[in-house]
Amino acid sequence: MSAAGIYLRRRITNVGALIFGSLATALGLLFLVWILWVTISNGISSIHLNLFTKITAYADQGGLSNAIVGSLIMDLMALLICAPIGVMAGTYLAEYANRTKLGSSIRFLNDILLSAPSIVMGLFVYVIIVLPMSNMTHGNISFSGFAGSVALALIGLPVIVRTTDEMLQLVPGTLREAALSLGVPQWKLTIQVLIRAASSGILTGILLALARLAGETAPLLFTAFGNNFMTFHPLDKMASLPIAIYQYTNDPSPAMHSIAWAGALLITLFVLALSLLTRLLFSRKKVSYE
Amino acid sequence: MQVTRAERPLARDIDNRSLIDARHDRIFQRVLKFCALLVLAALLGAALSTLWGGREVLFGHGLHFLTSDTWNPVTDDYGALAPIFGTLVTSVIALVLAVPVSFGIAIFLTEIAPAWMRGPVSAAIELLAGIPSIIYGMWGLFVFVPFMANIEPALSNILGRLPLIGQLFQGPPLGLGLLTAGIVLAVMILPFISSVMREVFQTVPTRLKESSYALGSTTWEVLWDIVLPYTRSAVIGGIFLGLGRALGETMAVTFVLGNSYNITSSLLMPGTSISSSIANEFNEAVGIHRSALIALGFLLFVVTFVVLLVARLMLHQLAKREGK
Repeated sequence: MSAAGIYLRRRITNVGALIFGSLATALGLLFLVWILWVTISNGISSIHLNLFTKITAYADQGGLSNAIVGSLIMDLMALLICAPIGVMAGTYLAEYANRTKLGSSIRFLNDILLSAPSIVMGLFVYVIIVLPMSNMTHGNISFSGFAGSVALALIGLPVIVRTTDEMLQLVPGTLREAALSLGVPQWKLTIQVLIRAASSGILTGILLALARLAGETAPLLFTAFGNNFMTFHPLDKMASLPIAIYQYTNDPSPAMHSIAWAGALLITLFVLALSLLTRLLFSRKKVSYE
Repeated sequence: MQVTRAERPLARDIDNRSLIDARHDRIFQRVLKFCALLVLAALLGAALSTLWGGREVLFGHGLHFLTSDTWNPVTDDYGALAPIFGTLVTSVIALVLAVPVSFGIAIFLTEIAPAWMRGPVSAAIELLAGIPSIIYGMWGLFVFVPFMANIEPALSNILGRLPLIGQLFQGPPLGLGLLTAGIVLAVMILPFISSVMREVFQTVPTRLKESSYALGSTTWEVLWDIVLPYTRSAVIGGIFLGLGRALGETMAVTFVLGNSYNITSSLLMPGTSISSSIANEFNEAVGIHRSALIALGFLLFVVTFVVLLVARLMLHQLAKREGK
């Protein structure tokens, strides 16, 4: 082939690749817009006052109030469980075990836990909490909001561990040296200097964890189960938005579908608002949650 | 007369103080270490508890569970082949579709897009990862399944006539099925793979790329011959990360897969997957049936653990070379 022919072929390949790249990005964005548009347009037309005042027991005449309350309770309890543990574990990794073998293996396995299938976390909690509770109380207490929170906490934990670890490593070493040279003990240094210095980053991690666990359905299926009535008791079966959406979507009635869409819109708005908030809170460094 | 430390109040105070501090430090460190070990406990616990919950089937039925394709709650005869088949097929479809598209997005974000566009576009692509999977499921069931039902006849007509792969595209245009689930999964794992690719592409030293440009390479040649070989292990790691996600995804596939225990050569037929079998049946299952579902969960956990392990090791390799 002549030199001009080779050159032409190389240029065509190059232009082809660049066009392919642009089309691929357009395709990705198309799906994003498609999904968001469907959720928003279907959701907005179904948003209704009943949604917030009536419980799911009224079926298509009802709302999602018990599911919204259940979700809030369980998400909050999950955060209360996983935020302290996650922050402490992340602190250990960054401050005490940064270069040790134990530290790097925990960091490594935490990254695996980050992408582990959430449905298995549901099964895990079912086996260690739901079954024993049911056996101990002769079936009086089986599925519970508490069990659901533990399952959600397992989803949020690795996110918090990872961001805390990363954020503390960004704190300059001179800060540690300055505090230590004043004779401050390590624990005081950690709590009063390091955690405070990294607080906006750690908060970002906690919000990211919340965004992640708020949309989870699979771990709640066999832990919190669902409930058509309002309950505040953590040992009752508890309703949640994702489970209500799942049940309503499986229902053949279009009226139920429209309530499901309204719930879907609520969750999507909540999750997207959280991820925007985290970006605003901490835009200096990108926090990855893969 | 010599004054001992113990007789000097201030020195004694300092000694006491540092003793107390040392004790507090030890306690503090132990508490932190305990919390860090909980991460290990969570992984180990998930494996052991599902192994324990599925023991009747895993140890009682043994190999039969792994090799049989019957799933019959009436006779309590359970084989995991159909769910395993569905999980693997949908994940493979997802990878086949998502890897080139992610590569394209990474090319766009690192080489094509003007600087002002990169931030917003990559943020938008990452939003795809933030959308809850139940939303993917609803969109899949109410919007994407009817859409697929419309284009599947054309797909059968065109691709169904091809030799070898033709069989894959023959079947009733239900909309539901392995192909639809695979496409939904592809959209879900896109942001994960593309963000890893974009990140590692940016780690390639500029002098390598500039040297290649100086020799007259086109952008594509720099990408294919310089950037991709340099980042190969991390790119494979990113792909495995996406695979790990696809294998374990539950809600999105449960809605669009059709829940039927089939092993077919057609991608248009409904099927089931490990996670959707568990999600669909668990709350109605008792006894051996429940044990079989937990055993499925154990299989899923082991497989995704291995896939994610490989992914992280591959990603680690590039980071090591970077000197991190």
